[in-house]
Amino acid sequence: MIVKTTSERAALLARSRSVAMVGASANALRPSYTVFSYLRTQTPYAVTPINPTIEQIDGVRAYPTIAAYADEHGPPDIVDVFRKPSEAADVAREAIAAGAKAIWFQYGVINDEAIRLADEAGLDVVVDRCIKVEYARFHGGLATSGLNSGLISSRYNARTP
Amino acid sequence: MHDRAFGFATRAIHAGTPPDPATGSRATPIYQTAAFVFGSTEHAAELFQLRSYGHIYSRISNPTVAAFEERIASLEDGLGAVACSSGLAAQLCTVLSLAQSGDHLVCSQNVYGGTITQLSVTVKRMGIETTFARVDDLAAMRAAIRPNTKMLFAETIGNPSGTIADLPALATLAHEHGIPFVVDNTFATPYLCRPIEHGADIVLHSATKFIGGHGTTIGGVLVESGRFPWGNGRFPLLSEPSPGYHQKVFTETFGEYAFLMRARAEVLRDVGAQLAPMDAWLLLLGLETLSVRMETHVRNAEAIARFLRGRPEVAWVAHTQGAVFTFGIKSGREGGRRFIDALELWSHLANVGDAKSLVIHPASTTHSQLSDEEMRSAGVPPEAIRLSVGLEDVDDLIWDLDRALRA
Repeated sequence: MIVKTTSERAALLARSRSVAMVGASANALRPSYTVFSYLRTQTPYAVTPINPTIEQIDGVRAYPTIAAYADEHGPPDIVDVFRKPSEAADVAREAIAAGAKAIWFQYGVINDEAIRLADEAGLDVVVDRCIKVEYARFHGGLATSGLNSGLISSRYNARTP
Repeated sequence: MHDRAFGFATRAIHAGTPPDPATGSRATPIYQTAAFVFGSTEHAAELFQLRSYGHIYSRISNPTVAAFEERIASLEDGLGAVACSSGLAAQLCTVLSLAQSGDHLVCSQNVYGGTITQLSVTVKRMGIETTFARVDDLAAMRAAIRPNTKMLFAETIGNPSGTIADLPALATLAHEHGIPFVVDNTFATPYLCRPIEHGADIVLHSATKFIGGHGTTIGGVLVESGRFPWGNGRFPLLSEPSPGYHQKVFTETFGEYAFLMRARAEVLRDVGAQLAPMDAWLLLLGLETLSVRMETHVRNAEAIARFLRGRPEVAWVAHTQGAVFTFGIKSGREGGRRFIDALELWSHLANVGDAKSLVIHPASTTHSQLSDEEMRSAGVPPEAIRLSVGLEDVDDLIWDLDRALRA
């Protein structure tokens, strides 16, 4: 299913626990490192780098492929994709083969074939969104920076940090 | 969790202010603190490297101020906002986020006198030059744009001329040249007009005016749409490694948030023109009643414009939209002075957008730094009197104007 609404994104993030991040970089200036570090230190997710060129990031072991990760940890709840759009379809095929429950294409990672493959295989598909921004939207992070979360609620604990 | 798109009045009351997560307080607490304790050294490092969200020091962000920022961003349909200590501070932070020495700006000449002096004197001294052009002369605006121009700036409703900017046409012009269209929306407020819906990229406010609404608080804010392509090669301050932030490339690290992050984390941090928590709280309170106040402001202003148009002492009335407008008295400068000195209920002061009705003679006050010629080019003849129509009984306001016109 293509995840389109705010509540669908919130539900996906709430039911997920493991994130395999394809293209995570150890270079602190790269956006993928920023997102990796945020997920690792500020969220409950078990985040793992998928990158054949590195051994680890901040002490978290990296796996060369999604399949290698799944062999040890089982299918990831979310495959988060930081790759060129032209490589997205191959990542989608890997994610499907590994039994991933959802695939999350980061900003600009837009590839119609990748989206269609994942959708048809029954994965939840998020396109052109940042997993860090969306987690922060639902847990008060955006709000601390004066960013428009779009959320309105008068419930106690409307934003759980 | 729901997907309802709430209306304007609902968001004016609720956006940015869920119950306080620490206490359940329904009113937004005033977080009167300079700094915030870190959870751990790792947490501190994440915050300083801009990898995590959270507060460090109230010069950069503060929960009460952030609540105001989110609310105004919601009302303007923006991606986010950065509050500043005044409208002019928000304007300066916008300029410094986009331009540096050697760069150039294009600005409507039908704008607030303080904007003209900020750009043509103080900003010019920083090596950033501004060309002013009539906001209703698209050809002149186009001719003013240079290869090093970094923004096109106009007011929705010109202060005090009332000139209405053609927002879609100006947005198209700016975008054809790869530059953002920046709109000061102070006089319209998002209740009357949301410039981002008409193509604007950045919206500025003097929140001192209708947003606060009661003449109590100096504040400003910038709102950004998140739609401008900051990586188009024309904005090296955003798309090249920043020496002020660990060589971070804002467009690469923050994507659509690049401008807002740089405006806050680098420019506001270094300029130090932040909004105070108490002031943010007063502005939040003001926004809760924006819809109902603006209805009455506009209704009263229209009634007063009608009254003035029917008076033999009045030469002209320049009311277009909103509640701030000018008119001219036939008896000229001297008659204008007599008129203002005879008023009982209207307050003679240099502000607009108060619940109280306000009056001023721009030539001797707000625009006194401008020559007669500059005033005429800004659409404010020297005999103009500016009114900011308040929320009193309109019959009482007209009673007072009638007395003063006969004086």
